[in-house]
Amino acid sequence: MWVVPAIPPALYLMLSGVLFTIGVIGALTRRNAIVVFMCIELMLNAVNLTFVTLSRALQSLDGVLFAFFVMAVAAAEAAVGLAIFVMIYRSRETINLDEINLLKW
Amino acid sequence: MVDYVWLIPVFPAIGFMINGFFGRSLGKKVVSWVGPSVIGLSFLTSILIFFELIGKPPSERLFEKVIFDWVVSGSFQTVIGYQIDPLSILMALVVTGVSFFIHIYSVGYMHDDPGYTRYFTYLNLFVFMMLNLILANNFLLMFVGWEGVGLCSYLLIGFWYEKDSAANAGKKAFVVNRVGDFGFILGIFLLFINFGTLDFTDIFGSLQKNPQLLDTNTVTIITILLFIGACGKSAQIPIYVWLPDAMEGPTPVSSLIHAATMVTAGVYMVARCNVLYSMAPISMAIVAIVGVATAIYTASIGFCQNDIKKVLAYSTISQLGYMFLGVGVGAFSAGIFHLMTHAFFKGLLFLGAGSVMHALSGELDMRKMGALRKKIPYTFWTFFIATLAIAGIPGLSGFFSKDEILWQAFSSSHGHILLWAVAAIAAGMTAFYMFRALFMTFFGESRVDHDVAHHIHESPKIMTVPLMVLAVLSVIGGYIGIPHVLGGANHIHEFLAPVLGGGAEPAKAHAGISIISQAWASGGEAGGHSAALELLMMVISVVIALIGIGTAYLFYVKNPALPKMLAERWKGLYKLVFNKYYVDELYEILFINSLKNLGTGLWKGFDEFVIDGSINGTAYLIGVISGAMRKIQTGVVQSYAFSMIIGGIVLVVYYIVRAIFY
Repeated sequence: MWVVPAIPPALYLMLSGVLFTIGVIGALTRRNAIVVFMCIELMLNAVNLTFVTLSRALQSLDGVLFAFFVMAVAAAEAAVGLAIFVMIYRSRETINLDEINLLKW
Repeated sequence: MVDYVWLIPVFPAIGFMINGFFGRSLGKKVVSWVGPSVIGLSFLTSILIFFELIGKPPSERLFEKVIFDWVVSGSFQTVIGYQIDPLSILMALVVTGVSFFIHIYSVGYMHDDPGYTRYFTYLNLFVFMMLNLILANNFLLMFVGWEGVGLCSYLLIGFWYEKDSAANAGKKAFVVNRVGDFGFILGIFLLFINFGTLDFTDIFGSLQKNPQLLDTNTVTIITILLFIGACGKSAQIPIYVWLPDAMEGPTPVSSLIHAATMVTAGVYMVARCNVLYSMAPISMAIVAIVGVATAIYTASIGFCQNDIKKVLAYSTISQLGYMFLGVGVGAFSAGIFHLMTHAFFKGLLFLGAGSVMHALSGELDMRKMGALRKKIPYTFWTFFIATLAIAGIPGLSGFFSKDEILWQAFSSSHGHILLWAVAAIAAGMTAFYMFRALFMTFFGESRVDHDVAHHIHESPKIMTVPLMVLAVLSVIGGYIGIPHVLGGANHIHEFLAPVLGGGAEPAKAHAGISIISQAWASGGEAGGHSAALELLMMVISVVIALIGIGTAYLFYVKNPALPKMLAERWKGLYKLVFNKYYVDELYEILFINSLKNLGTGLWKGFDEFVIDGSINGTAYLIGVISGAMRKIQTGVVQSYAFSMIIGGIVLVVYYIVRAIFY
């Protein structure tokens, strides 16, 4: 039986940071609303990963608990957000974010 | 019955509400009944209470009825309460009585006016307010009445508001009265600061027990401030200018408000505060001097007026001056006595003038009257009686009251022979201008316009009957105050004594009196100097009045060309008097224009520049800034997200930097 060496929390946090940065860049640069949406999910999950890591490292269940909340919110958001996209697509035939810019000065 | 004192003001209030809210739908006939009858009920109540009061011994003739607590705020407490004492019930009798007859007269006079309902609404409201003023048991309720009658005066002067002159006259009356009211309310404040209460009985009672409560300076200031209020309401120098203009209102209004009742409120108030005034000899002197100066000054203006109502208006101011002379020399009951008789004969004179106007289709100019004696006999005879009364012909009411004042002006400890002399000359002038008005209106040749002349007609019964009633009162009204020297009992003086004190002390031997009385004594009349002197004074004043009448007869009946000749001869003087000494013009320059300029300056300089400027500037600045800022709102979600990220990064950097350096 070989023992899997314990991965130090710092690596998890670094992974989480990388994931979050990818999410931010994607959310800011992609035009397609769906992709932007996925990037936001990525950011949320990066945060979730941080929660879980620290929960484990600090021997506290609080982080895990928050991770569940985040997932619940993300699910609700996905439902509402996708519904909005559907409606926007029906009226404007596009979900390109730079074309949805009526709400300005 | 005294318990029902509140009924006296409540009846007119009910009339006011009925006429005001339902008058239009109820129709003219109902209004004609409601308007006068509520006043009649008040009059009846006053009479009943009066007789109940008479039945009590003089020391118990004070009754207060508190209706409810009105203002309760910390140490300041005031009630709605009415006070019945000889002074207030006498005033209530005069006010309700004269109002009643003038209301009846108005039914005839205003008959064809489109504002008939409005007229009676205002008139009833006026009586309600006037009764509050008179019957109040504290200064604050009195002030409410005071302002209320001012409001009604404004409304009724400007009754024909579509006429510019009427609207302006109402405004003028209201604004000029504010000057006086300002003094009055300052006086009330001072009283409250010093006594902690505004109740008449509390203030006057504690002062009578302990005169040291107020030092002389304070009481002088208070009384002068109150007198400023009285000056405004009663049209004394220097703020009398509104009363002549007030003649723009309907004639019964001039009669009721601007002759018989409201304008006498100042005299009533001074008499009501007699305890205060007795403590302030300086204020008394001011009151007396202002009174006598007003009396002679406005009498002289009366010489040259051609508008019959203007003559009567100046005469009213002059007579009010007499009343102030009376109260100013400490003869409070004489002042109130003259107030009462004046209410009768001046009310009658105005109603008579109204009847003349009625006959002449609204003509006011006496130069276009003349020879009306035979055509409107009832009006003539009643007007004649009132003129005799105001001129001070023995046997009529005006004689007794005016002579009482003249005698007191001479003999009282506050009096002076100069006061008497000026007042006596003014009495002669009064006789002159009143008979001038009488002669120009009813005697001589007819100068009536041709198309007016053929429908001259006597007024209907509903107008002439009040004239006759008031004429009777003008004759007999004086008999309640026949002086002792003529063998009378001077009932009114005794009746008012519990409130107004015993009046002035008996004649003190100052220079004037002693010289004359010595001369009299050396003439062989032994004993009763004072009485003999009083009789002499009486004879003098009657002679002066007769001279006035004789001059008027000479000028306007015998030789109508004479006045014109005299006017030509002293052109400058005539012009000065004819233009009322240019006082209106002077005030226009001094006060109105400077206030207008100040107002314009504040409007342009402060209001438009500073206030509007700062507000508009703020709005403009915000407009500019947001014009620039709104470019940030691109509508592109990702740019918003980008700024969020930037913000997040800034925060993170901040915390890191902080963690490193601290």
